[in-house]
Amino acid sequence: MPHQQIKFYQAGSFVAGNRLLPPEERSVQARMDRSNSLTSGHRACQGCGEALGARYVLDAAMRATEGKLIAANATGCLEVFSTPYPESSWRLPWIHSLFGNAPAVGTGVAAALRAKGREDVRVIAQGGDGGTVDIGFACLSGLFERGDDVLYVCYDNEAYMNTGVQRSGATPPAARTSTTKPVGPEPGNAFGQGKNVPLIAMAHEIPYVATATVAELRDLEYKVERAMEIRGPRYIHVFVPCPFGWGSASRDTIRLARLVKETGLFPVFEAVNGEVVGVSKIRRPVPVEEYLKLQRRYAHLFGDDPRDDVIARLQELADRNIRRFGLLTDAPESAGLPGHAGDAADAPPAGVEGESNLMRMLAETHRGAQ
Amino acid sequence: MLKQEEGSQAVAHAVAMCRPEVICAYPISPQTHIVEGLSDRVRRGDLSPCEFVSVESEFAAMSVAIGASAAGARAYTATASQGLLYMAEALYNASGLGLPIVMTVANRAIGAPINIWNDHSDSMSQRDSGWIQLYAESNQEALDLHVQAFKLAEELSLPVMVCVDGFILTHAFERVDLPAQEQVDAFLPAFEPRQMLDPADPVTIGAMVGPEAYFEVKYLMHAKQLDALDRIPRIASEFEEAFGRSSGGLVRGYRTEDAETIVVALGSVLGTIEDVVDELREQGVKIGALGIKCFRPYPLDEVRAALARAGRVIVLEKAWAIGVGGIVGQNVRLALSGLPVSVHDVIAGLGGRPITKRSLRALFADALADRLGPLSFLDLKRDVVERELERQTAGGRPGPHAENILKELGVVAARSH
Repeated sequence: MPHQQIKFYQAGSFVAGNRLLPPEERSVQARMDRSNSLTSGHRACQGCGEALGARYVLDAAMRATEGKLIAANATGCLEVFSTPYPESSWRLPWIHSLFGNAPAVGTGVAAALRAKGREDVRVIAQGGDGGTVDIGFACLSGLFERGDDVLYVCYDNEAYMNTGVQRSGATPPAARTSTTKPVGPEPGNAFGQGKNVPLIAMAHEIPYVATATVAELRDLEYKVERAMEIRGPRYIHVFVPCPFGWGSASRDTIRLARLVKETGLFPVFEAVNGEVVGVSKIRRPVPVEEYLKLQRRYAHLFGDDPRDDVIARLQELADRNIRRFGLLTDAPESAGLPGHAGDAADAPPAGVEGESNLMRMLAETHRGAQ
Repeated sequence: MLKQEEGSQAVAHAVAMCRPEVICAYPISPQTHIVEGLSDRVRRGDLSPCEFVSVESEFAAMSVAIGASAAGARAYTATASQGLLYMAEALYNASGLGLPIVMTVANRAIGAPINIWNDHSDSMSQRDSGWIQLYAESNQEALDLHVQAFKLAEELSLPVMVCVDGFILTHAFERVDLPAQEQVDAFLPAFEPRQMLDPADPVTIGAMVGPEAYFEVKYLMHAKQLDALDRIPRIASEFEEAFGRSSGGLVRGYRTEDAETIVVALGSVLGTIEDVVDELREQGVKIGALGIKCFRPYPLDEVRAALARAGRVIVLEKAWAIGVGGIVGQNVRLALSGLPVSVHDVIAGLGGRPITKRSLRALFADALADRLGPLSFLDLKRDVVERELERQTAGGRPGPHAENILKELGVVAARSH
């Protein structure tokens, strides 16, 4: 992953600074000729992860296609905050039809372009987690199965935010939503089977599946660019914190997106033709509490009547991901994966307190769980 | 070219001649033969350039058509019954966005109880979806209406539904005059969308519209539908000039000139009605028939003009507003408001129950003898219904109505005829 080879870090974070990079390696957002596909003036909340993710995704896709891009959008926050008639924040051809049909509308656009011999124009379809993993799921699976030339991007903020934070099929266990309130014997969302759409997409053996977060925006750009080099159905699942729905501070959006990956709760990986070919390693392992504590949707797990048992179950989920995807730098099962096992650049930089102990602890947890 | 052809294949031929660029479909009886015929043509390369997309639902079929049409392609799909209901949300979206999609509805009953045979419950349920609705009387007209539908849809930028009676037309072999490609090309210009998704000229389609403008956008749809009332007869006469036969239009009267009684209907049942009209005319009865060819927009003035001089109107319809009465009947009464005409709704042919000449003779005799009420049900087995109602009134577990009624009838499985 090209973005991982950057060896400079800004103080206190692990994000590569654009200023330190040669121009060709800088983010699309750092370029004067960026397309501003989702331009300023829209009505997203302060700290909206979805707006940030969509901006990076579309500008990267616009750059990859030299501006020959059409977007189909599901109903949801992204659609509502960007197009209050007669205003529009979209600076590319964009269509919104319904909540559950963005993949099929994308298919229709792609079919039209094929019939017209305009396959130089590419198609992106996008929606939130409700529009993707729930109501649009049949259309998404159909798109994958048929092999249509559409990149589908899911911006996952783990609930129906646009309608007032109701539970979706992507809502994590224990999370408070307006339909899974912290009342009754099992407060928050149930520990269910989960609905991991990236893995379901992989089961369709489509050419490209990736996950990303808005904490690692160069990684997101890289994945979009890579996806646009491929024909056929592609799927990118972007983790986008929602300050409104999660009860988190607007300033913590990037922090939460970083922590969700560093805890192992959201594995960041790439898969080609149904097989994982690369994972973003955890650089500074953290227990799930650090991620949960910043969000009021998990407040019922802390405070006067702490639910250590529930937190432990969430930690188990993170540990399972760490094991399953080989997310630690010394994870033996990651040795065969293209990544950075043993790459010195990925070792945590000195000066972060408690780092090595925590690392050891998690590594032991990991081994113990096997 | 004259050919003995199945209705579905005639429709497939007409659609292919219209050079659609994207066809998407999900299989449902009795629509299947139409899209099979089109799939064959695309696979053989006879219809090119055209993409045939096999989708996973009717909701997806209409959504693919929406995407394709918005990207500037001539888009077509076909469905029936449950399929039409399953795409209902997308139907309203296509009309709201003003996308000139053409769709065949192979008219079929809707469940429960599940039933694959013909009536108009499906398309009538979507009469207010903003789509133009044309009803074919014969296979020839089904074919011809599709050619006219693309022209109408694209002139107005509105979607058009061509309603063709399932099985009765779609699966019947009749002699049809198949148009040649050059004829259709001369009649139907290439699709030049008013607005499309194009990177060279980016537009936002499908914005969120609040109370300040929603009403106006919807009113524009109504205005376009009213505009269609002028365009439909013009396109029908252009068609007649180009192809040498009359098809389509808004309404078509049959022996209505001096008729005191006029029977109003839609679709294939008109043929049977006209046969009975001929019989009665021979007996000196002043009776005629009026076919409504275009139900949306509703040709209020034409219906009024055609029926104004009749004292009695019988509306024979294959669907109804349960709990109210006839749907077409309500519209006919609207057209006749203020006139001294008695209107009788007759619900008939539901779930494929045959509408026979014999039944019509008896029905019309009742009407002529002033024995017909405002709402009646042709060949409804009253005794069966009453016994089931009695059983329900008697109490106990309600049980499944459909099964009870089949038991009453002494059949173990549903039969078509």
